Amino acid sequence: MKKYQLGEFEEIVMLTIAILYKEAYGVAIKNEIESRLKRNVSMGAMHTALVRLEDKGYIRSHDGEPTEERMGRPKKYFQVTALGKRAMEYSRETRNALWGAIPDVSPNVKFS
Amino acid sequence: MKKTIGPPRFAHRFFRWYCHPRMRNHIEGDLLEDYRDRVHKKGKWKADVRFVLDVLLLLRPEIIRPLEGYKNLNTYGMYKSYFKIGWRNLAKNKGYSFINIGGLALGMAVAMLISLWVYDELSFNKYHQNYETIAQVYRLQNRGGERGVSTSHVTGLGTLLKTEYASHFKNVAMIRARTEERVLAFGENKFTQSGYFMQPEGAEMLTLKMVRGTRQGLTDMKSILLAESVAKKLFGDADPINQVVLMDAKWDLKVTGVYEDLPKNSTFYDASYFAPLDLYIDGWGSLTSWDNYFVYIYVQLNEGGNFEELSRYIKDVMLAHVDAETKESKPEIFLHPMGQWHLDSEFKNGELTTSKRMLSVWYYSAIGVFVLLLACINFMNLSTARSEKRAKEVGIRKSIGSMRGQLIQQFFGETLLVAFLSAVIALIIVQLSLPWFNYVSDKNIALPISNPLFWLACVAFTLFTGLLAGSYPALYLSSFNAVKILKGTFKAGRFAVLPRRVLVVVQFTVSITLTIGTIIVYQQIQFAKNRPVGYSRANLIGMRTASPEYKGQYHTLRNELKSTNLVEEIAEANYSIIDTRGWNGGFSWHGNKYDQTFNTIYVTHEYGKTVGWEFVAGRDFSRDFPSDLSGIVINESAAAILSLENPVGESLSWMDRGEFKILGVVKDMVKGSPYEPTDPSIIFLSESDMQWLYIKIKPEVSAHEALPKIQSVLASIVPSAPFDYTFADEAYDAKFKAEERIGKLATLFSVLALLISCLGLFGLASFIAEQRTKEIGIRKILGASIPNLWKMLSKDFAVLVIIACSVSIPLSYYFMNSWLGQYEYRTAISWNVFAFTALGALVITLLTVSFQAIKAAVANPVKSLRSE
Repeated sequence: MKKYQLGEFEEIVMLTIAILYKEAYGVAIKNEIESRLKRNVSMGAMHTALVRLEDKGYIRSHDGEPTEERMGRPKKYFQVTALGKRAMEYSRETRNALWGAIPDVSPNVKFS
Repeated sequence: MKKTIGPPRFAHRFFRWYCHPRMRNHIEGDLLEDYRDRVHKKGKWKADVRFVLDVLLLLRPEIIRPLEGYKNLNTYGMYKSYFKIGWRNLAKNKGYSFINIGGLALGMAVAMLISLWVYDELSFNKYHQNYETIAQVYRLQNRGGERGVSTSHVTGLGTLLKTEYASHFKNVAMIRARTEERVLAFGENKFTQSGYFMQPEGAEMLTLKMVRGTRQGLTDMKSILLAESVAKKLFGDADPINQVVLMDAKWDLKVTGVYEDLPKNSTFYDASYFAPLDLYIDGWGSLTSWDNYFVYIYVQLNEGGNFEELSRYIKDVMLAHVDAETKESKPEIFLHPMGQWHLDSEFKNGELTTSKRMLSVWYYSAIGVFVLLLACINFMNLSTARSEKRAKEVGIRKSIGSMRGQLIQQFFGETLLVAFLSAVIALIIVQLSLPWFNYVSDKNIALPISNPLFWLACVAFTLFTGLLAGSYPALYLSSFNAVKILKGTFKAGRFAVLPRRVLVVVQFTVSITLTIGTIIVYQQIQFAKNRPVGYSRANLIGMRTASPEYKGQYHTLRNELKSTNLVEEIAEANYSIIDTRGWNGGFSWHGNKYDQTFNTIYVTHEYGKTVGWEFVAGRDFSRDFPSDLSGIVINESAAAILSLENPVGESLSWMDRGEFKILGVVKDMVKGSPYEPTDPSIIFLSESDMQWLYIKIKPEVSAHEALPKIQSVLASIVPSAPFDYTFADEAYDAKFKAEERIGKLATLFSVLALLISCLGLFGLASFIAEQRTKEIGIRKILGASIPNLWKMLSKDFAVLVIIACSVSIPLSYYFMNSWLGQYEYRTAISWNVFAFTALGALVITLLTVSFQAIKAAVANPVKSLRSE
């Protein structure tokens, strides 16, 4: 059994939340991913990921104030928890370890 | 009017409909923000399409609301909390929990044992698969002014039913009307076994479970069916089929089948073999006789047959065949179904009456219910007594919003928890005590663990107990007023104490009644045991002369045995000394005919010396007077019936058998039931060979020493006979078995009842002492002495027990009087039984209570008053 369950897209969402820090709410996260990674993100995929992450306890949320452009609907801000941070670090370390294990002579791996 | 720029309404509404309410607002906000952005950048149409797409893509399980709405509609969480609180309460008060669970478990174990017993009684004979369709033929007949019922019939009747009425029955089988003891021998192995002589159809009818061979095994006259255990004893592991066993050293019988031993709860449980009836009557009887009543007749009805209809139909079939005298007595036959044999076979003046067995089923059921009730009462008492401790919990629950119904549920839940724990313990107790219980109750009961119905019954029983025990506490605890409790003004008032007291009185009434009953049962047994029996049973052994080799060997045997110097005397008789068979009428004195029948037995000269007759008048038989062969000895009861002034020397005539001179009068001998009046007996002298041999060992010789010598003498003279002896005193003691069984079970139940009651009392006393700790402390400071305090704490309980005594004494008097009523020879109920029991109950109560009372009274008041 894996120590930390974290999917690829989930990891991207978490990283984005971390980047946005205090400004991480739905649309902001979506726009950030789209602009940085040049890929389309559907509202459905993102909110599903958010729900799952929150269920796992990797992020937590709090309601913000309602604004005019949202026709009075409140924003929901997300924040990475300590557990979430550990999960991200774990994921990073495993990747680094794997990268480090690639022998230099390997002809099939081309960098950059 | 400005047209509002908004997303497509249907998509928007669809989203709002399916989205989980928890996230509805902020996702909606995100969607709208996105939409607004797009309208600005790409125009309304593209934004609309994008919005619809987003809404559709959001349709995912994580986001869709639950079907049944968003509320938690079940209350599992609440139940979990109830369970947890209940468990914590048990764990916190270990003493109370122990008393509660232990008491309830004991009560349930008793109730389970009794249910098993009752079930066993009710399922009697169900082993036989034709249970529903088998009946025994009974006969009503005028006898001494009454309609008497008998089961022994003439063979002619059975044959008649079998031939002329064949269409009404599936099977008819005649069986010799009692078990016959026979010696079965194979090689060196010889055993005396009791079994039945039966017509071949019987095996099929009784659905014997054949281990080997077939049920058709009895068609040949020289054949035998053996019970598995007997086959094992005789043949070991070898195949018994077609082997030949020697019966009574006379007949060679081929083993044609081996059947599984019949269970204890079958009427035929003691059948260790079935041999053909033809063999039994071979040479002296026929299957068409109408004057010798010696067989039982069993019938099996056709499918859909009706016992009553058929009984009416065959009622008078005997009349056409019997002699005039029998016809006079109006014999009338009827069918008695197998289902009624065990519990419903007692007749009074030709009518079925409630049998003793049925009564005992009722008695035991009642005891079971009462013991369980006692345990439930304990539970109620302790729960309500502790109610003040839990009052705060109830108050808080109520103010948070518990409905009364929910609180009732909670307390029922707790009771059920306790009940299930107790049930598990009770099952263990039952399993452990079953061997002993079987031994005492002469049953062969096992827990039907593999039967799902049994477990269902267990669960139902536990639920019932739980609900019974929990009803009062649940209703009572939940009725508290929340405001009063939380203000601190709540006090369980007089109303709480009264029911508790009533319950204690009920408990002790039941326990004391049971105890008195038990003592009286034992007194009755002791009374009957001490009854003078008119002969000496000590050192007397008896055995059947079960071999033709005994013929003519009486004198040799006597001389040989006496020459060992271990044997005082030997004698033969035609009946066992502990049974009352052999009845004859037709005696007269100087032409005066006596209506009564007399118990007539034949004995040899030495019988009197062997069994130790006690003469009231006259003398014993003697070899010095050859004319004694036409002499008789009578007993006192017979003398009373003859009502002669001086019977010795008078002569009686017996039909056409001649005149018999009365030589002596002996004291009555108790041969039958020790509770019945003795029979009038006339004892004749005989020199021919008879069925019972009695040997009196010299009083100064131990039986242990004498038996091997006797055996070797017998083995040299009658080698084919087994040395199967019984001690007369042991055989006589066996007559008390039924009563001793009642006595032992009653002891068990009353001890348990008392124990459970005391357990409850102990808990209650400790609770009350605890509750009054402060009061006791203050009293002590003000100068109360320890005896004073002890008196104060014990008085309440003593009063309750005295009330219980005064209720149970008349109650038990009434019950035991009617129980004793069934015995002719019975002890009187003396007042000191009641006094003794009442005193005992009081002492036990005081001991139980005193432990707590003294503990509370000697406690240092500083400790109890310091904290506040």
